[in-house]
Amino acid sequence: MSSVTLNNIVKRFGTFTAVHRSSLEIPEGAFVTLLGPSGCGKTTNLRMIAGLLDPTEGEILIGGRRVNDVPIHKRNLGLVFQNYALFPHKTVAENVAFGLKYRNVPSSDIPRRVQEALDLVQLPNVGDRYPKALSGGQQQRIALARAIVIEPDVLLLDEPLSALDANLREDMRVELKRIQERIGVTTVFVTHDQSEALAMSDQIVVMSEGRVEQVGAPEEVYNTPASEFVAHFLGASNILAARCALSGGAVTLHEKTFGTVPIPAAKAPRITSEGPAKLVVRAEKLVLSTSPAPEGVISVPATVQTVDYQGQSVRYFVQAGDTQLQAINMIDGHPFAVGTKVNLHLRPQDCAALPG
Amino acid sequence: MRESGSLGWALVRAWTLLVYMFMFLPVAVVVLLSFNASQFGSFPMTGFSFRWFVELAQNDAILRAFRTSIVLGLLTAAISTTLGVLASLALVRYRVPGSNLISTLLIAPILVPEVVLAVALLLFLNFLQINKSFTLLLLGHVIFTLPFVILVVQARLVSIKRDVEEAAMSLGASPRQTFFQITLPLMMPAVLAGALFAFTISFDDITGTLFWKPGGVETVPTQIFAMLRNSISPEINALGTVMILMTVGLPLLGLAIARKLSTKSGT
Repeated sequence: MSSVTLNNIVKRFGTFTAVHRSSLEIPEGAFVTLLGPSGCGKTTNLRMIAGLLDPTEGEILIGGRRVNDVPIHKRNLGLVFQNYALFPHKTVAENVAFGLKYRNVPSSDIPRRVQEALDLVQLPNVGDRYPKALSGGQQQRIALARAIVIEPDVLLLDEPLSALDANLREDMRVELKRIQERIGVTTVFVTHDQSEALAMSDQIVVMSEGRVEQVGAPEEVYNTPASEFVAHFLGASNILAARCALSGGAVTLHEKTFGTVPIPAAKAPRITSEGPAKLVVRAEKLVLSTSPAPEGVISVPATVQTVDYQGQSVRYFVQAGDTQLQAINMIDGHPFAVGTKVNLHLRPQDCAALPG
Repeated sequence: MRESGSLGWALVRAWTLLVYMFMFLPVAVVVLLSFNASQFGSFPMTGFSFRWFVELAQNDAILRAFRTSIVLGLLTAAISTTLGVLASLALVRYRVPGSNLISTLLIAPILVPEVVLAVALLLFLNFLQINKSFTLLLLGHVIFTLPFVILVVQARLVSIKRDVEEAAMSLGASPRQTFFQITLPLMMPAVLAGALFAFTISFDDITGTLFWKPGGVETVPTQIFAMLRNSISPEINALGTVMILMTVGLPLLGLAIARKLSTKSGT
């Protein structure tokens, strides 16, 4: 178990810069997710930590030791791929035992350790089968067993759940987190799926176009996005142009639809001066209602334009004045029909402010 | 409509049959006549006998030719397969400058008529003032069996995911251990197929061999060719039958082995 440090890392492929100068500190034992759309550089970062790519500039430290010149097979890492990458010509037990052969593990210990790993991923009885005989979810569990049996310093997971179907993915998510907590290994998880990132991580690193947009705990990244990109990428957000006024540490935004919105200082950490700003309103914090607003809640009249029914929740597009807004509400009874006049309720403390 | 349709199909079937007969009847005749008891290597059959096979086995020239052919074929297969696997690895797994050109050059011997290749190599050796020898004959065979090995091995190598090798390395296997533990076993069916191709092609090649062989060295095909110039002996029919058995039987055997290997690994 070790910490991982990226120091001023740059990765260029020819003239294309995949990762702009960035630094990252992954504490020992943490579960850190690199989150972003495809092409944002998250996999490039992972592959540099793994030693499958060399950084163009900067240095990588694992457990405080510089590993730039250490080849992958000497880094003691567990690597799990999206497509499992099991050895098709070896049995499950041989797959799991593979890494042990290159470590000083007495051969009499190998079967026991393989069995422990298989028990840990809850597939104790498949040792003598070939990977092809297992389902996708089972193959991924074996790949995980193979990666953790060697007691790696760092566990690297490259979109390990993306090839699985939806239900299985959620089961595996819980399972993966359980195993990680149990063995306590430092884990770097790469995904483009925001719900995986929010559910599993101690820390999320949101990336876009080779740059780190924000680093923070799931709640922090979700509730106080550091940029428009983060606000859009994690869940649906309405981002509205506003003017910002400061008075004695309190931040107040003036926006044409919602009027004056006082923002808690914790939700506006990047506001340093008065002037243009952005009001961030999460779609699920905007509540459609026909009743009057309680004390301290902003209420704005609007008309329902589009209804996107999703079972337990519904997504509305509403028109308020000349602004179109998005709202995601739980369904209480029946969803509102198109054309219904409603009131939009918004609690100011649910909003966040970004510099314009 | 339906009647004319079925007549049409009947004609197609008959025509197909004729084409196959045209292709395989001569081969069948050779095999059949090799068991003929008669002095003359032609119809009518006068009785069933293994006599010509026995004579074949006692003919020193033919036995020597067989030995030459088998040694030549095995060496060709060994060298071609080794070079082919290395070349495929370089072309598929590494970024080699000019890899397209190299790939084309390696495949080119298939596209060039063999006579042209044969004469070219001969002229080149003449120019370098190197005498013909068994080594040069071997060299020639390697040149025109190499493309087959490369084509087969490359196709297989492309289908082996890089992920699998990367997984092996992350687990602690050095690049060399990864090759012998993972890559080579996974491409084994293609390596065997390539080796078999190389052997059979070398074994029944005559054009290039006629140009390149040093005096006094005969392979089975050139030996048959030489014997035909004197007379059509029934021994040739027997020899032909043996050749057919080897060149058809070996690939079938190889295929069976490859299939067995791949069912074992489940790929």
